[in-house]
Amino acid sequence: MSDWKMLTLVGADRPGIVGRVTNALYRAGWNLGETSMIRLGGNFTIMMMVTGEGAVEPVLQPVADALGLHMHVDDIAGSLHQHVVPNIQVRVVGADRAGIVAQVTAVLAEHGFNILELESDVAGSSERPVYIMHIQGYADLPLETLEAALDNLGDIDVHVSPIETLIG
Amino acid sequence: MAVLEILKIPDERLKQVSEPVEQFDDELRAFIDELEQTRRDGPAAVGIAAPQVGRLLRVVIVDVSNTRKPVPNHGYMILVNPEITHWDGFEMGREGCLSVPDYTGNVIRATHIRIRAQDPWGKPLEYEMEGYEARAVQHELDHLDGLLFIDRVVSRRTDLFQRKVYQKGGKSRK
Repeated sequence: MSDWKMLTLVGADRPGIVGRVTNALYRAGWNLGETSMIRLGGNFTIMMMVTGEGAVEPVLQPVADALGLHMHVDDIAGSLHQHVVPNIQVRVVGADRAGIVAQVTAVLAEHGFNILELESDVAGSSERPVYIMHIQGYADLPLETLEAALDNLGDIDVHVSPIETLIG
Repeated sequence: MAVLEILKIPDERLKQVSEPVEQFDDELRAFIDELEQTRRDGPAAVGIAAPQVGRLLRVVIVDVSNTRKPVPNHGYMILVNPEITHWDGFEMGREGCLSVPDYTGNVIRATHIRIRAQDPWGKPLEYEMEGYEARAVQHELDHLDGLLFIDRVVSRRTDLFQRKVYQKGGKSRK
């Protein structure tokens, strides 16, 4: 049984969120593992692995309330040092429309591609939004197979490239 | 010959600036053999630098002739007192390091470089290289100045967008 919990915090962005949240955890004896924190659409989102004694909610509820953050805690299976190194990168760009992510990721899933990281953003302007997505993942198949499968998505531009991680 | 111990972060010796080699003797060449044996001992490393085994000398080994997909390369290179004399272009790529276990990250490196170095007998060398091999040399040379790739990691959000001509999307009616 893993002793890690996944803590999710989301709320309107403002300076000081990370500092206050992590200090409250630190002072109560909690440790952090892998985390992802990023601003999305004016909100600040935090997902982090935490480990400590007892319940984490009482430690953070006052901070969450003070900062206007929604909090969610799950016990998780898993631990540190479970990284999978990606071997394929997929970049997608297209005039924004519904279904870009769904179409691309459906093709990836069909081919057993495991998405390790996906981030997407809307660039351009309100009148002419452009969807940009970067995916890094692992699949045990020739690049060309994936390339061919992603070649029929019409108006979006998909670029598949290998990731050769350099160890030195 | 022996496999040497690889220093791992946060070992302070990895942050030191290494000294130029002045004695091109048998001891140096024996050390280089051990350095190469150490490189081959662990996970598939395309390079290794002397300070990674605690020897603060300006010596690196690079060999990218064994990648999954072949890349332009000069084979097995021993570079003593290497210096980059020219660089051009930049590109992001994923790196890891024998001295930084279980972590990889994206780093921006020059795509074309020219280097000057000496061989293990002190004879001058010059190379012009590109892409993956150029990346490997830059990674190893950083070690000689006490820098690790984690000192240069950039967020994926900082990704350099690959310029290419839009064939399918973005048709503007102008």
